[in-house]
Amino acid sequence: MEQQLWIWIMVGVSFAIYIGIAIWSHASSTKEFYVAGEGVSPIANGMATAADWMSAASFISMAGIISFAGYDGSVYLMGWTGGYVLLALLLAPYLRKFGKFTVPDFIGDRYYSNTARAVAVFCALIVSFTYIAGQMRGVGLVFSRYLTVDINTGVLIGMGIVLFYAVLGGMKGITYTQVAQYCVLIFAFLVPAIFISIIMTGMPIPQIGMGSKAADGIYLLEKLDGLHRELGFHQYTSGSKSKLDMFLITAALMMGTAGLPHVIVRFFTVKKVRDARKSAGWALLFIAVLYTTAPAIAVFARTNLIQTVSNKPYETLPEWFSNWETTGLLTFTDLNKDGLVQYVADPKINELVIDKDIIVMANPEIANLPNWVIGLMAAGALAAALSTAAGLLLVISSSVSHDLLKKIMYPSISEKGELVAARIAAIFAVILAGYFGINPPDFVAATVALAFGLAAASFFPAIVMGIFSKRMNKEGVISGMLVGISLMLFYMMKFKLGFFGGGTNEDWWFGVSPEGFGTLAMCANILVAVVVASQTQTPPKKVQQMIDEIRKP
Amino acid sequence: MNKAINNYWKTNLKYLSILLAIWFLVSFGFGILLLDLLNQIQIGGFKLGFWFAQQGSIYIFVALIFVYVFLMNRLDDKTAE
Repeated sequence: MEQQLWIWIMVGVSFAIYIGIAIWSHASSTKEFYVAGEGVSPIANGMATAADWMSAASFISMAGIISFAGYDGSVYLMGWTGGYVLLALLLAPYLRKFGKFTVPDFIGDRYYSNTARAVAVFCALIVSFTYIAGQMRGVGLVFSRYLTVDINTGVLIGMGIVLFYAVLGGMKGITYTQVAQYCVLIFAFLVPAIFISIIMTGMPIPQIGMGSKAADGIYLLEKLDGLHRELGFHQYTSGSKSKLDMFLITAALMMGTAGLPHVIVRFFTVKKVRDARKSAGWALLFIAVLYTTAPAIAVFARTNLIQTVSNKPYETLPEWFSNWETTGLLTFTDLNKDGLVQYVADPKINELVIDKDIIVMANPEIANLPNWVIGLMAAGALAAALSTAAGLLLVISSSVSHDLLKKIMYPSISEKGELVAARIAAIFAVILAGYFGINPPDFVAATVALAFGLAAASFFPAIVMGIFSKRMNKEGVISGMLVGISLMLFYMMKFKLGFFGGGTNEDWWFGVSPEGFGTLAMCANILVAVVVASQTQTPPKKVQQMIDEIRKP
Repeated sequence: MNKAINNYWKTNLKYLSILLAIWFLVSFGFGILLLDLLNQIQIGGFKLGFWFAQQGSIYIFVALIFVYVFLMNRLDDKTAE
């Protein structure tokens, strides 16, 4: 069957499933809308969390990033999985025990102050918006590449779908759709990886295949290191980043992951405290399936690519090469006119520019897989982008309707009114996100990765200190959060966007990249919080009792 | 009851510190700080430091959470008695 037809079939069937689930599970109370009625089983919640977590970037770009960065790409692998250990051990069980709807809920109650709540809402909105705009753009990109529609039409279709099931179903609809989306995306990711692993090493498990010997009896990784040396790239299995930067970026990604409101809120949806712990374990297991396969794909694709193109005559390159050339993601300019492809590290003589996104998307073609696999990839990439967008949307809508409206502005609002407000807020959030998807401001691409730094610098320490210290009070935490998030915003604007005089890599404070700066901003947050708290009053009795309560089994 | 709750919290903190020490060791320790040292050891096609950074640490993370689930469930049951 033709490729395009397969794509329409796979995408059409998966969308029909999502919409079916949304209708079946529409929410009728605020509890169902915000936390799925607290009745989700740990495994289902684990899958939903995994789908929520793995965005279009994880699905399409991550393997490609690692493929080009080699060892340096490990920051993403460790950072985006290690955060779940922190979540399971330090946050999820206690927040579930606390038993409210949102992260600002916890901050507001634990720190007995609506100012703290408002600061938390502000942080949640900043983090979620930087993130969701990138997702809508991802949805548009996938549509335009696979379904050959215009990118803006793609964003509009994506908006429509997300709006439909997020507004109708709330958290309940989103959770069960995400379970389906996880299955689609993981299947779509694994099938080509397994095929390629068999082709290159004869080993069906990619995680083992990447450490196996290729047909010529040389270990793949050794061969790749050799190729890299030859072409002047840094060695694949050791890094080019400084150890300090590796350390700080990994730490910022871990603590950011644990502090992202759309991830934390998932643990409010299970029945019991026990289930919150277990569910974090399942979530990480489901995520690990993709995150341990990605570096294997990276190695296969990198080796394959270099061997196929390096110093080969342009005329004899396989068909997929010209297919991707037409999309502009691969460009070849024969600088020295010898008809051969020179792919080397030195930009002066390098003739081939490769977009990192190709690594995953061109995989099925490079390995000559059947057309239905390509259809599956399209459905998988869309599942990844839509599930993340929907999860974020819910955080934005609940921040507005629950934290701002109900808790701060109109405490007397009825449940029905709050539900209506939540849905209206969701509609506005989609429209705004869609607007940014169609007219992406320059800062979106630069800031999505930095959303983690922001979360690490604001929420993570505030929540952890709220649970593990009885001495921490509202003065301490508010000043800590404000210092943390402003430092991070300042550093990000200065070095990423060129505000405040800008600066180059040489001007980085202590040589720390903006991606890694979240860790330092978090330390500043804690330091300020502890100093201020020690100079001000201890929290009231009622709050101390509340802390005792959430620590109990 | 108060004493039991106190013990429960103390034991919890003990579990936390042990598990988080392992968490730190396999990722920041083996995967970053000790990378060059461990990369001199090769198992199959993998240099050990590189393997920890891209594979091993993730498997251990998953195991850590399930160990914590097991320990805490046992502790919950014991405290409830």
